[in-house]
Amino acid sequence: MTWRSPLALVREALRGQRAREKDLRNLASNLPYEGLEKGKQPNRYFPGNAIKTTKYTLLLFIPMNLFEQFHRLANIYFVGLAILNFVPVVNAFQPEVALIPICVILCLTALKDAWEDFRRYQSDRKLNNTPCLIYSRKEKQFVERRWKDVRVGDFVRVVCNEIVPADLLLLHTSDPSGVCHIETSNLDGETNLKLRRTMSGLCISHPVFEPESFNSVVVCEKPNNNLNHFKCYAEKPDKEKVGAGIESLLLRGCTVRNTDHAVGFVVYAGHETKSMLNNNGPRYKRSKLERKLNINVFFCVILLFTMCLIGALGHFLWLQALPVVPPFLVPDSNGHLDSPSLSGFYMFFTMIILLQVLIPISLYVSIELVKIGQIFFITNDIDLYDEDTDSRVQCKALNITEDLGQIEYIFSDKTGTLTENKMVFRRCSIMGTEYPHKENAIRLAVLEEPESEEDIIFDHVPQPPNTRWSLDTEDTNPEDTQHHHGSWRKSKVAGTAQSNVAFSSPLETEVIPDRKLLQQISRAESSSSSSQKIDPYLDFFLALAICNTVVVSMATAQRQRTSESLHSRQTNNPLNTLSNLVKKPGSLHRIFTFWQRKPKRNRTISEDSVTEGDDFNPPVKTEEPGDINGLQTCSLYAPSQCNMPATTSDNLSYEAESPDEAALVYAAKAYGFTLLARTHDSVTVRLPSGEDLVFEVLDTLTFDPIRKRMSILVRHPITKKFVLYTKGADYAIMELLGTPYAEHLSGSQKNIAADTQHHLDCYAKEGLRTLCFTKKIVSDKMYESWLVNRRRALAAIDNREELVMDTAVQLETNLSLLGATGIEDRLQESVPDTIVALREAGIQVWVLTGDKPETAVNIGYACRLLEDEDLVINMSCKNKLTCTSILDCTLEEVRRYSEDPRNVDTTQDISLVIDGRTLTMALSSDLQDRFVDLAKRCRSVLCCRVTPLQKSRVVKVVREKLKVMTLAVGDGANDVNMIQAADIGIGISGQEGMQAVMASDFAISRFRHLKKLLLVHGHWCYTRLANMIIYFFYKNVAYVNLLFWYQFFCGFSGTAMIDYWLMIFFNLFFTSVPPIMFGIMDNDVSAEMLLGVPELYRMGQGAGAYKFSTFWVSMLDAFYQSLVCFFIPYLAYQDSDIDVFTFGTPLNTISLFTILLHLSIEIKAWTVIHWVIILGSVVLYFIVTLAYSGLCITCNPPSNPYWILQSQMADPMFYLICILTTVVALLPRYIFHVLRNSIAPSPLAQARHLDRLDPSTKSELIKEWRSFRGGGQVKRSRLSTPPSPTLETPVDIHLQSPISSDVMGDEFILNVITENYQRPLHT
Amino acid sequence: GEINKTDQHQYYNEWIFGLEKGSKRIAAMMATSYNAKEEDGHHSGASSHGAAGVVKSKKPDNTAFKQQRLPAWQPILTAGTVLPAFFVIGLIFIPIGIGLYVSSNNIKEFEIDYTGVDISNPCYSCAKNFSWNSTTPCVCSMNFTLEQPFESNVFMYYGLSNFYQNHRRYVKSRDDSQLNGDQSALKNPSKECEPYRTSDGLPIAPCGAIANSLFNDTLELYHIDSNNTRNTIPLVKKGIAWWTDKHVKFRNPGENLTAAFQGTNKPVNWRKPVYELDPSDPDNNGFINEDFIVWMRTAALPTFRKLYRIIQKKSNTTPTLPSGKYVLEITYNYPVLSFDGRKRMILSTISWMGGKNPFLGIAYITVGSICFFLGVVLLIIHHKYDTRSNSADIPN
Repeated sequence: MTWRSPLALVREALRGQRAREKDLRNLASNLPYEGLEKGKQPNRYFPGNAIKTTKYTLLLFIPMNLFEQFHRLANIYFVGLAILNFVPVVNAFQPEVALIPICVILCLTALKDAWEDFRRYQSDRKLNNTPCLIYSRKEKQFVERRWKDVRVGDFVRVVCNEIVPADLLLLHTSDPSGVCHIETSNLDGETNLKLRRTMSGLCISHPVFEPESFNSVVVCEKPNNNLNHFKCYAEKPDKEKVGAGIESLLLRGCTVRNTDHAVGFVVYAGHETKSMLNNNGPRYKRSKLERKLNINVFFCVILLFTMCLIGALGHFLWLQALPVVPPFLVPDSNGHLDSPSLSGFYMFFTMIILLQVLIPISLYVSIELVKIGQIFFITNDIDLYDEDTDSRVQCKALNITEDLGQIEYIFSDKTGTLTENKMVFRRCSIMGTEYPHKENAIRLAVLEEPESEEDIIFDHVPQPPNTRWSLDTEDTNPEDTQHHHGSWRKSKVAGTAQSNVAFSSPLETEVIPDRKLLQQISRAESSSSSSQKIDPYLDFFLALAICNTVVVSMATAQRQRTSESLHSRQTNNPLNTLSNLVKKPGSLHRIFTFWQRKPKRNRTISEDSVTEGDDFNPPVKTEEPGDINGLQTCSLYAPSQCNMPATTSDNLSYEAESPDEAALVYAAKAYGFTLLARTHDSVTVRLPSGEDLVFEVLDTLTFDPIRKRMSILVRHPITKKFVLYTKGADYAIMELLGTPYAEHLSGSQKNIAADTQHHLDCYAKEGLRTLCFTKKIVSDKMYESWLVNRRRALAAIDNREELVMDTAVQLETNLSLLGATGIEDRLQESVPDTIVALREAGIQVWVLTGDKPETAVNIGYACRLLEDEDLVINMSCKNKLTCTSILDCTLEEVRRYSEDPRNVDTTQDISLVIDGRTLTMALSSDLQDRFVDLAKRCRSVLCCRVTPLQKSRVVKVVREKLKVMTLAVGDGANDVNMIQAADIGIGISGQEGMQAVMASDFAISRFRHLKKLLLVHGHWCYTRLANMIIYFFYKNVAYVNLLFWYQFFCGFSGTAMIDYWLMIFFNLFFTSVPPIMFGIMDNDVSAEMLLGVPELYRMGQGAGAYKFSTFWVSMLDAFYQSLVCFFIPYLAYQDSDIDVFTFGTPLNTISLFTILLHLSIEIKAWTVIHWVIILGSVVLYFIVTLAYSGLCITCNPPSNPYWILQSQMADPMFYLICILTTVVALLPRYIFHVLRNSIAPSPLAQARHLDRLDPSTKSELIKEWRSFRGGGQVKRSRLSTPPSPTLETPVDIHLQSPISSDVMGDEFILNVITENYQRPLHT
Repeated sequence: GEINKTDQHQYYNEWIFGLEKGSKRIAAMMATSYNAKEEDGHHSGASSHGAAGVVKSKKPDNTAFKQQRLPAWQPILTAGTVLPAFFVIGLIFIPIGIGLYVSSNNIKEFEIDYTGVDISNPCYSCAKNFSWNSTTPCVCSMNFTLEQPFESNVFMYYGLSNFYQNHRRYVKSRDDSQLNGDQSALKNPSKECEPYRTSDGLPIAPCGAIANSLFNDTLELYHIDSNNTRNTIPLVKKGIAWWTDKHVKFRNPGENLTAAFQGTNKPVNWRKPVYELDPSDPDNNGFINEDFIVWMRTAALPTFRKLYRIIQKKSNTTPTLPSGKYVLEITYNYPVLSFDGRKRMILSTISWMGGKNPFLGIAYITVGSICFFLGVVLLIIHHKYDTRSNSADIPN
């Protein structure tokens, strides 16, 4: 290293700073500069890939850690006091001793920090030394280096299953089409494979990549933490720019899958990588309790100051009253006495030191410990563990556990939160014709149905009785079904198979084709000439199979996860056993017989399926169209199709970003349109005829929440036409329709759009998710011109998103409607039960969903958010004026309704359904008060078609206007805003990735876990912590006041009659563990009781157990107790020869007993641990004090502890005083508890009473109580699940009947709807 | 900072799970006895064995501790359950109180104030003309009559009132090391002794304000018998201090006191150096002088008494102090009048409970009665309300 002037160094540093701060970075390859010194490197300003997450360095640990710790106010207070001790005028007994508590706390914290830092250092070192391959020009190959050696501008090669060391711009992969799959589960937890493709347009030689030939300059944006966004372009030497986005970026921390190797150019390294920038840790929220606690701490400060003032004033007056200088008044070292006023002033500070314990500093430390303990118990709750995903509840926010017990409003997402987010294809409508898929519906019902049976059956009989499976009676008794349905929900502990791979269970993957539709297809197949392949039916299924981003992965690909899930499925998935069962010969009736009959059928055979089908056709036609026969026919007719999943799913599995897509692909597969492979630029589909069609994919217009649709532009392999398939939400599609599709159906001249819309509405009413499919043939000319725009947009670096979207919108016009699909998203288990319980707990549940109102209302009924007897208000309006008037008159109506005496004893409740547009208006600043007022009166609110931003806005408005505790629960990225806006955000780790979980405070895996989390853990955490905090305040005040009362007898001179060490020990050891244990372990009511009687949760809402009155009552009690503890010994020892510290010893002992016994009164359940800790504290006190006063002869002047306790313990008076004082001190509280429990027991006390009874009477009494308390809750014990629409309402009737609904028929609807929301055709 | 938080968080998690491992053994022990009771059993056996094959399941242990189902005693404080306790307390406290009260009443105590506030008081002149420097001691005598004879050992106390021996700065104005015979502390007393640390350049032994203000009145007691002769009552000065103080806490710096205290000065207010405190008994000199030790044990309250002498019982037949006339002769050295202090001489017999103090007995009787009364009240309440909660219907 040559010497460089400091000035040059500074200049260099500044230049580096500028380079890093620039909006665009120019990165060049490092290879030409290899081996040169650092100053010559082009990318020298950018940080290397070594990461350092440690806070401290070895040398600077102490100062840095101290600096860190003094950010805490409490520590500053502590240190301030310690310093005050050293000020001579305050006359501290032993200034050095005052340092002990603060030193202990600082040292403990420092040790903890150091240990943590060391662990971070170790993990950093491990990461930094992970090997990776970097290209070296010298060796002309990739050589093994360490992660820390990677620099911006290097070429790194990653092989399959290796973790990407830095953010790489993908330049080359082993795949000829230049794609690379990555798994980002390390980053965002999403487990599906993501496709990355090489930067197109950079002519990179195949098959061997030559890094040295790379001579472009990569221009990229400044590092940011957005994982889904990246902009850069490469400027070739000839000034041509090639754009690239996130689809070409391999992120640090991802794992490369399904690709042998890939080579990338390092654009960001080390701390600038997206994953590192994204690494924001747990959230530090302040809990409500803590906010209140701080107010009380403030009261304590006031109390402290008052007491100190009294002391100072008292001292002043006492000095004033002295006629001369008495011998006990000690002057200064120079023999000078301060004036009374000055002494009084100094005394103020002495008093602060003396009474400092009044401010419960140890409280903060204790609260932290208690919360760790509480979190320990929450995470270890076996009921909150999900077997299928092998996940426990995660507590990400460490300090708001007690807020769980105070929730008043829950805002829930629907999809994936209330529902499984596992889609099942249910129905479709093609060219205006509805295909109800009745057989499939029955199959689903049957599949769902016998699971409960199965659990039981397998215990007793290995062979299931045939009768249960009989499908002969298609009109299965609905009540019967209902009954078993319920029992299934209950008994199904393991839940449906929920491995990380979407759709592992046959329930979702297998679709039984609709008979009519199959015929239709075969007709289309045969009629349309094999070369043309133009038929709306074929197009529809092609669209289903193609228009998505589903990745086909072979089961042979080594993905550990898959094997895991297979494993788990084998062990504990009832569904799987079911499907095994289904395949068993003879165990089932006709519908499944084909499995047995043609078990060896595989794909090669399937090619002649059509002809085979034709063979079977005649009997179909002759047969009566009865359902049973229909079923039979179906199975006979389409063996190959039905068989496909069974045979192909062994080596074909679909990985979809959204479960809808997978459901559609599986549906297409059921009809013989099998998606075989998807690469970056081609899609292979096998037709029912067995023919494989390879479509060239020209472009994919990905889904975005604004357009609400996605399209894929392919070139038809036979017609060579450019075809655009689009799928999307109905309202996003309907307005783009152009010419009707079917030229050849012109004869019928149906209004396809209107019919389809009609079907869509019906689907929505059934609670199905709808999607529309369209096709458009793009002319060559049009494509060319569009392509130019598209290229330009893709290369743009500013506004790229908007431009790209614009091009998409350009193309997506004039679409021809093919049809629509209805997908069912089934409710998660126990959702209705959970919602009812939460509501009984006094929590208002709001559901915010992006779905259509119809779907949402239906789900609302299904999950018992809305009840049949509810008064449902629908609000939907177009402009603000109507919105205002509607709001006003609704409010008026609701007020009148609730004030109407006739409605007092009816249990009818009001629910509000509002759509997104109206919500926006209602939330505007002038209307939001009225809206909130209305919403407050509603038992549940359903917001439909809301955007993520609206979700968070609703939460914020409610939270701020009503001043309530809110909880938001969601599972997807669209819930993140809401989760962050609420007091508590709960993420459900489900199918939609982990963004919600990352943003949440708690992460659970099922919605039903919410019940125990809130009702049990929330209640416990809250009552425990609230009681502990109140106890802590009491404890400190009771103890410190002893010292204060003594001041009246020592001339307010600040004398402590208790040895200073013992005083410190008293707080540090003798009385610290019991309250912490109390805060962690006290069980006021059993979990069973809390779950059984959700009303108990109401105890915690609002102010709950921690009211100001509670605080002041305990303060008063503390004053009383301290008075007793001081004055009984005082009167007993009055005018005796007792000395200062001998007087203090019984006081100390008494307050120990009083404080611990006070806690014993508060402890509701005594376990072994309680006994050990309480008795241990007493024993510890005596051992330590005896040892201290036995060994300490001259130490710690002036307290002379020597032999004091020993002599006291030899004196019977000591015991007599201790017993009497303790009894008198605790008598009022004891009596209070007894009287309250006997005369007016709180619900909690009653619950405790019930808890002690034996289980059978207990459950009986709980029932009795419930029926007595809540009116409508008796029903709940029957635990009915939502009626399956298919079984209850026959489809045909449904279709013919007008919209006048069967669901809402018997309700009272307020007529406030200006626009018929059931036809939301947005124009 | 951001990153660190994550780590910290992971850290907590690890900590929690780590803790879990540690507690596993204990918990398992607890669980073995408990699991048998569980009916549903949570199929822990089968599934965990199956899953444990490749990946360790995150499933929490189904132990009583972790699931917060440790067997617990759940007392509910209701009138019915606590009734007996109140009666028991009442029944125990009242006899104790009576016992205490009786034994306190059996203690004989006589108190005489010799401060000399009034002109009528014989010590008035001594109190008025006091100065620390006077060389001739002022002596006054007070006559008093004991109405009842004092049996057994009689303890003679001096009592001071309005004397704040517990003043913060006074309390700490001493050097325990010096008093323990530490040579270096003798020559260089603690800073706490200021301003009574040195005088005339020499260290003060014993230093500090407490020692400096040593009570130095001399009290002598005479019995005037029927034929008006004054009989000196022997006062024992041994055994008035705590044994541990005399033998452990206080020690002289050397055997030869005069030599040991060479180079030190007496406290300012003292007339004699510390090694000449008791001319009659050479073993009662220096720091182990019992009067000194008693004084150094600073009183807790501003009105206090300190043991001065013990009048030992002579025989079983005659009382220690027969009833009759007595004279207390005081060598009046200690000024208290200036700050409104009072000096008393107290004669008291002693029982197992110490000196005479009826408070504790009365308190026990009162509390016992209150508890008994509360017991009755609770009995009534129990009859009125508890039937309801027993039949376990729930009000409102």
